Formats: sequence, structure tokens, C-alpha cells
Amino acid sequence: MNMLDDFLIRALVAGVAVALAAGPLGCFVVWRRMAYFGDATAHAAILGVALALYFSVSVFAGILLTALAMALVVTGLAARGHAMDTALGVLAHSALALGLVGVSFVKGVRVDLSAFLFGDILAIGQPDLWFIWAGALVVLGLIVWRWSALLTSTIGEDLAFASGINPHRERLVLTIALALVVAVAIKLVGSLLISAMLIVPAAAARQLSRSPETMAIWAVLLGVFAVFGGLESSLQFDTPAGPGIVVMATVLFVLSLVVGAWRHRNTN
Amino acid sequence: MSLLTAQNVSVQYRDRVALQNIDMTIDQGEIVTVIGPNGSGKSTLLRVLIGAVEPSRGRVIRKPGLKIGYVPQRLSVDATMPLTVARFMSLPRHHDPDEVRRMLERVGIPGLENRQMSDLSGGQFQRALLARALLGNPDILVLDEPTQALDQRGIGAFYKLLEQVRAEMGCAVLLVSHDLHVVMASSDRVICLNGHVCCQGAPAVVSEAPEYRALFGDGTEGTMALYQHIHDHDHDHNGHNHRKGNEHAG
Repeated sequence: MNMLDDFLIRALVAGVAVALAAGPLGCFVVWRRMAYFGDATAHAAILGVALALYFSVSVFAGILLTALAMALVVTGLAARGHAMDTALGVLAHSALALGLVGVSFVKGVRVDLSAFLFGDILAIGQPDLWFIWAGALVVLGLIVWRWSALLTSTIGEDLAFASGINPHRERLVLTIALALVVAVAIKLVGSLLISAMLIVPAAAARQLSRSPETMAIWAVLLGVFAVFGGLESSLQFDTPAGPGIVVMATVLFVLSLVVGAWRHRNTN
Repeated sequence: MSLLTAQNVSVQYRDRVALQNIDMTIDQGEIVTVIGPNGSGKSTLLRVLIGAVEPSRGRVIRKPGLKIGYVPQRLSVDATMPLTVARFMSLPRHHDPDEVRRMLERVGIPGLENRQMSDLSGGQFQRALLARALLGNPDILVLDEPTQALDQRGIGAFYKLLEQVRAEMGCAVLLVSHDLHVVMASSDRVICLNGHVCCQGAPAVVSEAPEYRALFGDGTEGTMALYQHIHDHDHDHNGHNHRKGNEHAG
């Protein structure tokens, strides 16, 4: 009947959307060294789940708002020049722990938190697909629209200012995009591994690219490949899907290193 | 109208005053050099003028539609970002490949379009920065200690190139530097900065000014030699501890 009835197809369709958004955003996360930043935002999602259950609002909204709040706090701290390493560690883990504790306080609801921690492709229903695709397209649209300004700000803040670009505003664009990606990707790979979906495909793409644009495109392609490979293997070997996708991405990363080294030897 | 005007600009950071009551203007085609010891607020002044720092007091007026070509002190392109020279030239605005090729030739790094920025030498990198700033015909070229990473010969060559392209393009130049003896020769005006404007004027006037000499002490003999025929070494040797209103001892 309906193709999308099949959970595997739904997972694939969702995965392609996540890869589409996470690829270009992940490039910025790598270029701007925001890896830890992605972790904090993703971990805050668990707190968002707890809050959403407590206030009986949509879990998606809870995740999105909490992730956004966390991303804004972290961006604010970074802009004030705080030493980020410790602050991020405190924020990320306390948000995660608070969420885990908080969920157990919500009466009358039995929630399987592992679905949010590690992802659960069986939980992706058809309405979710719309959310996921809408969110992913917003992220992609934002990044494509701001591409040149984002790139200039990433290379040098003063360079951006001199060209009439406000790098603080561009950083806000990335902050919002990050929160959206967390909300979009959590059911597929889970809170704990979302930042892997940002970083690993982008890092693999680095080896294959000579310009920022090709790196973003490669990151999407490798992300899609990781989704297909990961879901396929989880079906084959009955392993969890989210971690499977990340494992697949890691395999691609290692392969990219080999290709990169080989290319390097041939050009020199 | 002037390209850039600072009116009574002060910049205060949390624990210190970086700039105090700065008044200055830069007109069309003018070459202005800002000199000053370390920590004198030179870079802050540039950042205020390009709009990267909001003044705590006073205001900065930019000519509407002012096009700034900015050459930063250094640029650390993260190794994780692949970036060819050609791509860098078109950030943030696209430029015709032909135009890029000609500009790279003009600044003395022809044919480097497909090189990665991270593979350039210090001198090539600096010239690439200059080329990017010049693309799109800026009204003013703003350079923040552009020769810091260069050796003595590179410094001389860079300033010679800068002077040539400026003469061709006619843009104004605002330059922050501590390469005193090289820089002052081509400047219309020198601003001597130490948190406030100590003195400003034609190079010869500034190098004679007691404030200037108090600020730089004996370390500027090269500059003096260019502009002063009678050396007067009788001034105070109080180095960087410049106080406002410090009187000439001679």
C-alpha cells in the first residue's frame, strides 16, 4: 500500500533529511571547532524531553526549545570570552543528568528514555517525517542563504565586519540551525550521538575536498551513505540503528583518510 | 565628505580604557599611518573604524556606501577548511575569474589561484590578503600591521607594492604599523597613538614632536634619519611611560 508504512523506508527518508541538514552544518561545526558545543546542545534535548512531559506539551517542541536555550547560553558565554571547556562540560552533563532525573519524576508516564538517548527508528511515524523534513529544509535553507556571510565570518570576524557582515548575527544563524538539527535527528541517532552525525561525515569530507562548497556536498553524500549502510547493517545483524549509522560514518572516515593520504602522495 | 570620521571616540573594556577621546578623519585618497607602542590601542582603533567594536562614547561616521578593503594582522584559516586562493578572493562577494587573475598578477603572486591558502608562504599569504582587499575597488584600504609575519626584505617589498597599487587605484589608506622608518615615508599624515592621540600631522612634523620622541625614545633613529637633519638626542629617555603634557627636556 503506502510505501512509507514500512519503518525501514521511513527511517531512510528521515536519515536522508538528517544528512542533508547535518552535512553543511557539520562543516561549520568542524571549521569553527564547535564540537563540544554540539554535544551540549544535543544533551540538553533530554532535559527538553523531561520538561515537555512535565508540562504535557509536544516532545518535539520541548526538545527544540531546550536545545535552542542551551545553544543560546553557550553562544553567549563564548561571545563573552569565557573559557569554554569547563563551562560546556558542566552545562552539557548537568542538562543530561537533570533530564534523566526529571523524567523519572513525571508521574503517570512511562517513557522509554533510551529511544531519545540512542534513537529509535521504530518510533519514527509518518507525522515525524514531516517534522524532520521541514526542520532539515529550514536548516539547509538558512545555511545556503547565509553561506557567503557564514564563510567569511568563520574565516575572520574582522574580515566580516569590514565587508559589512555582522559575524554575531551569523553565529546566531548557526546556533538556531544546531538546535533544529538536534530536534530533527534525535529519533534517528539519539541525543548521545547527534554530534557524531555532524562531525564525522564533515571530517571525512575534508579529505576529499578542495573548497568549502565541495566539502559540504561530500559531507551530505557521506552522511546519506552512512544512513543507508547503517540501517542496512542494523537490519542484517539486528543491531541498534543509530549507533550503526555512526559506525558506518566512522568507517567512511577511516576510508577517507586512506584516500586522502593516497592523493597526497600522488600530488607531491 | 570624509570617508571615515571618529568623533570623541572612547572604548572601555571591562578593566581598562583602550581608547580615549579620539578625534580623527580620513579623506579621499589620503594615506594615514597610525603608530604607537604595544598596547596603545592601535588595533582597537582600526576595529572601531571598521565597525567591529562599538565605541563606549563618541561616534564613528562612515561615508554611506563606503567600501573598505581590509587586510588583517593575520588570518588563521583552520586546517579543517579547504580553501583555494581563488575561492578566498571571492569572499564574501563574487569576482570575475579574469579580474582575480589580473589582481594576483598585480600583487606579484600570479597563477596561484588553485593553491590552498594553507600552502602559501608568509609573503604570498600577505599578498593574497592584499589582493582580496583590493578586489572590488575599495574607497579605503585598511591594514593592521600587515608585515608582522615578514622578514626585513619582505617588509620593504610589501610597502613598495602597497605604494604602487595605491597610486594606481587612488584609494585612501589607513595603516597601523610599528615599522616606523619604512612607513612614514609615504604617509600624508601620521597619527601617534598611546590610548589617546599624542600628536598628528605630516611625518616630518610628527617626528619632531616632543610627544612622539617621548613615546618612542631612541628606538626611532631610523625614522629620525629620514626626516630630521639635526639630531637632538637631548630629550627625555622615558620610553613607553609617556605622560600627557610631558615637556621636552632639551
